[in-house]
Amino acid sequence: MMRTRYGTRPFILAALVLIGVFFLLPLLWLVSTPFSAEPTLAVKFSQPSLGNFLKIAANRTALIAFKNSLILSGGAMILVVVLGSLAAYSLSRANFSGKQAILSVLLLFSSVVTGVAAMVPIYTLNSRLHLIDTHIGVILIFAAGFLPTAIFILKDFMDRIPRAYEEAALVDGSSPVQLFRYVAFPLARQGLAVIAVLTFVNTWSNFLVPFVLIRSNEKIPIAVAIYQFFSEVGIPRIGVISAYSLLYTLPVLVIYFWISRRYGFGFFGGIKG
Amino acid sequence: MNVLSRRATAGFLFPGLAVIAIFMVFPAVWVLYLGLTDESLTGIKSVMPSFVGLGNFGRIFQDRFFYNALKLSFIFVAASGWIGQVALGLFLAVVLHKERSWLKPVLKAAAILAWIIPEVVVAYLWIAFLDRDFGLLNTLLGLVHLGPVNWLYDHALFSIILFNTWRGTAFSMLLFTAAIETIPPSYLETAQVLGASAWRQFKDIILPMIRPVLLTDTILITLWTFNVFTPFLLTQGGPAFSTEILPVYVYRTSFQYFKLGHGAAVSTILLLINLGFAAVYLYAQRRRRA
Repeated sequence: MMRTRYGTRPFILAALVLIGVFFLLPLLWLVSTPFSAEPTLAVKFSQPSLGNFLKIAANRTALIAFKNSLILSGGAMILVVVLGSLAAYSLSRANFSGKQAILSVLLLFSSVVTGVAAMVPIYTLNSRLHLIDTHIGVILIFAAGFLPTAIFILKDFMDRIPRAYEEAALVDGSSPVQLFRYVAFPLARQGLAVIAVLTFVNTWSNFLVPFVLIRSNEKIPIAVAIYQFFSEVGIPRIGVISAYSLLYTLPVLVIYFWISRRYGFGFFGGIKG
Repeated sequence: MNVLSRRATAGFLFPGLAVIAIFMVFPAVWVLYLGLTDESLTGIKSVMPSFVGLGNFGRIFQDRFFYNALKLSFIFVAASGWIGQVALGLFLAVVLHKERSWLKPVLKAAAILAWIIPEVVVAYLWIAFLDRDFGLLNTLLGLVHLGPVNWLYDHALFSIILFNTWRGTAFSMLLFTAAIETIPPSYLETAQVLGASAWRQFKDIILPMIRPVLLTDTILITLWTFNVFTPFLLTQGGPAFSTEILPVYVYRTSFQYFKLGHGAAVSTILLLINLGFAAVYLYAQRRRRA
């Protein structure tokens, strides 16, 4: 019996090497090309140059798109954190029947209402509300999509805050808004930080929503700008695309690294996507 | 003691729920109605759409492009979702569980990178990787005197299946790794002492222990793969509709051909299928708890 184990070992090793190579190869281009003086679609490690990054600094679309991405993700982040923490606090402290059911139904909706199928009615709604080609329109769609998950996670954090603090504050005559502002919000800041960065990363990476809802080049985020760069007719600007892609990817990597160091990868297994 | 009055509870809950209700729940319900109209992206029908009843659905079920997309979506989910992400993820989790060499961290890191890099970037990485003249894949094949192959043109469906496997395997791998770590080590040690082969250990101990997770993972991967739009960035559904999976079909009819009513009807079908997946998921979860 032990013989079979040793017998299969070389095959398993070979399979692992092959799979490892399969996962690594497509990534190499993102490491090599941004620093190449003659960027092409090939993977070459020639003499290093920062020329491609300088080209971004001179590219107006790229700079505006960077600003737009910050507005969209920042806006969604603020909206989700503020509205999400208020709702989570309310659900955590309330005693009405069916509050668990509300959460479950919302989570169900947010997992089912997804992708292009959801974009058709969303597009129609936003066009009736004159929100097409506006940043606030995209931010609201981002927020609505992520709020159920955010409320679900934040409620967990809020549930762990002992009520004694609030009771003491109540005795001192605090209003509900003060309870939230000076007791619950600061005590839940760990959870809020996680929700904030997850919202940021998710919306920063999102392509489909701004692709459908934003029309003018002045308002597109980085994701759509990169797509425009590479689907442009003529010679694609490979140097700009590669360097820009790398800069665009870095914050995502930093945030995932930070969360996985703190909470482990299992934490956001169900959250990404 | 209730720390929040009923008014405060409602007031705090309202803004968040309002945004969700207006911008997520309402569209999902409204699409049922939109599918019964001839709503259009532009022109008079975008302002004053009229009611056409089940006409859109009748046209969909006669549209060969719909059946083409349905078939491609099924192949895509089965190949890149089930065989690709679920099976490969399970294989990696099981094999890497006991692996101690340098291979393990490298493989894990590469798979996780593929999973978290934004979709536009991974799409372009694969356009570069598969390029006929300069792409790394053809360069390597050239070393053993194979190719060059025009992957995104001659083997487009295979390309997006390979791409999507690469893109999403990390999730299943991480989920299964976590599940395997909950198996008491003594089970596997005892089996080893008794001389059970690796295959028997997998079949008789690991598989039964992680079965609920396997089901959860399969449903989630099915749902996600069924809705994924990223292949559009690689092939735009072409050449000749050979990679036009359902999301790309919806995109083309709604936003390129401007037939939002028709697109809404297809979207309704897709959302109902999604709801079906979610129902299976909830049913499985409930049975697990019972």
